[in-house]
Amino acid sequence: MCRVVDLQQAVLAKNDACAHTLREDLAARGTAVVNLLSSPGSGKTALLERELTLARSRDIPVAALTADLATENDAVRLARSGVPVKQVLTDGLCHLEAEMLGGHLHGWLPADTRLLFIENVGNLVCPASYDLGETLRIVLASVTEGEDKPLKYPTAFGLAHLVVVTKTDIAEAVAFDEAEFRANVERINPGVEVVLTSARRGEGDGVLVDRALAARDGAPVHIPVMTRKSHHVHDADDGQPRDEGHPHGEGHSHHRDHTHAPRAQDGGPARTSDSGTVASSRS
Amino acid sequence: MHEMSIALAVVEQVESADRPAGAGTVNSVRLQVGELAGVVPDALAFSFELACAGTVLEGAELITEPVPARARCGPCAQTWPVGMPPQLSCPGCGGATTELLSGRELQIVRVCWNDAPAHVPIPEER
Repeated sequence: MCRVVDLQQAVLAKNDACAHTLREDLAARGTAVVNLLSSPGSGKTALLERELTLARSRDIPVAALTADLATENDAVRLARSGVPVKQVLTDGLCHLEAEMLGGHLHGWLPADTRLLFIENVGNLVCPASYDLGETLRIVLASVTEGEDKPLKYPTAFGLAHLVVVTKTDIAEAVAFDEAEFRANVERINPGVEVVLTSARRGEGDGVLVDRALAARDGAPVHIPVMTRKSHHVHDADDGQPRDEGHPHGEGHSHHRDHTHAPRAQDGGPARTSDSGTVASSRS
Repeated sequence: MHEMSIALAVVEQVESADRPAGAGTVNSVRLQVGELAGVVPDALAFSFELACAGTVLEGAELITEPVPARARCGPCAQTWPVGMPPQLSCPGCGGATTELLSGRELQIVRVCWNDAPAHVPIPEER
């Protein structure tokens, strides 16, 4: 015989709680976090290096944390901007989680940082589920990736506060159809802003810093449909199995768990080494 | 594939939840997985079995309830199944003020515990 317990808990509740705490702690010290998501090779690092350099030239205290499965190459590139940079090696883990991030920031993030850019692991699937306590989530796609990228990765694009197209300098060569890309984004995340950038030619220079500063200073941030709360309606045709012995109308509270997710117990910090402005550690 | 992280989170939450008196091991865990939750049920089932090993959930069944994604347009009052890839702007008026009614669930609904074996004195061996 079985004893049944109705838990009704979001699976990612722990990550969400960590992310919430991190967001509040950072906000209290005046830091806004930007979470950058894209496929591998979309040009996150090149664009971010330009933005960090620009921020430094404007005397805006910024910092960046970049996550990869292996190598410190990205941190070395980003550190050329002269701002504090930390490389996190995930040892195979495909995404960052809030608790993990909090551990990496502790003792490293300079107190006066106004903007912290997180270059997530290059992956449009897994990182999408994990709230990192960011103020702004930015999803990037390069012109070479196909106009239907937003349709193929709806969770990533659907939860973005801003969509950035990269490598527009080669848009013509690869016959990038901007209108089609925009229509696809609109289908998944209606109302979200799409900006065009080229790290090589300088198109869109400063857009990440400007949007992030605006959000930090309280400007309204786009609310994706996927995160808009509403009353859950059990439509007759929604196909949900009804369990016997479990009275309905108890108010299934889905929707607390939007964007996110949870826990990060894997991880022992194995190594933290500083070289110049680059710090690095494993998660 | 982040399903292993999700599976570990499920195990962790079940292990730390209050248990009914007399509960032994976990028989089954029921999970709602929304169409837009970004989780693949098959991959999750595979990971779940591994994540349960050596815990009170070892051998437990994972029952996933898929939750279709539905949306509603405020101005039109129209509701529709968003499908995959999702249509989240209103198919009627093209409006951007859609609300998602369901589809992002990733929720532990219920845990079924086996009774702990009755306490029978074990005969001394040897």
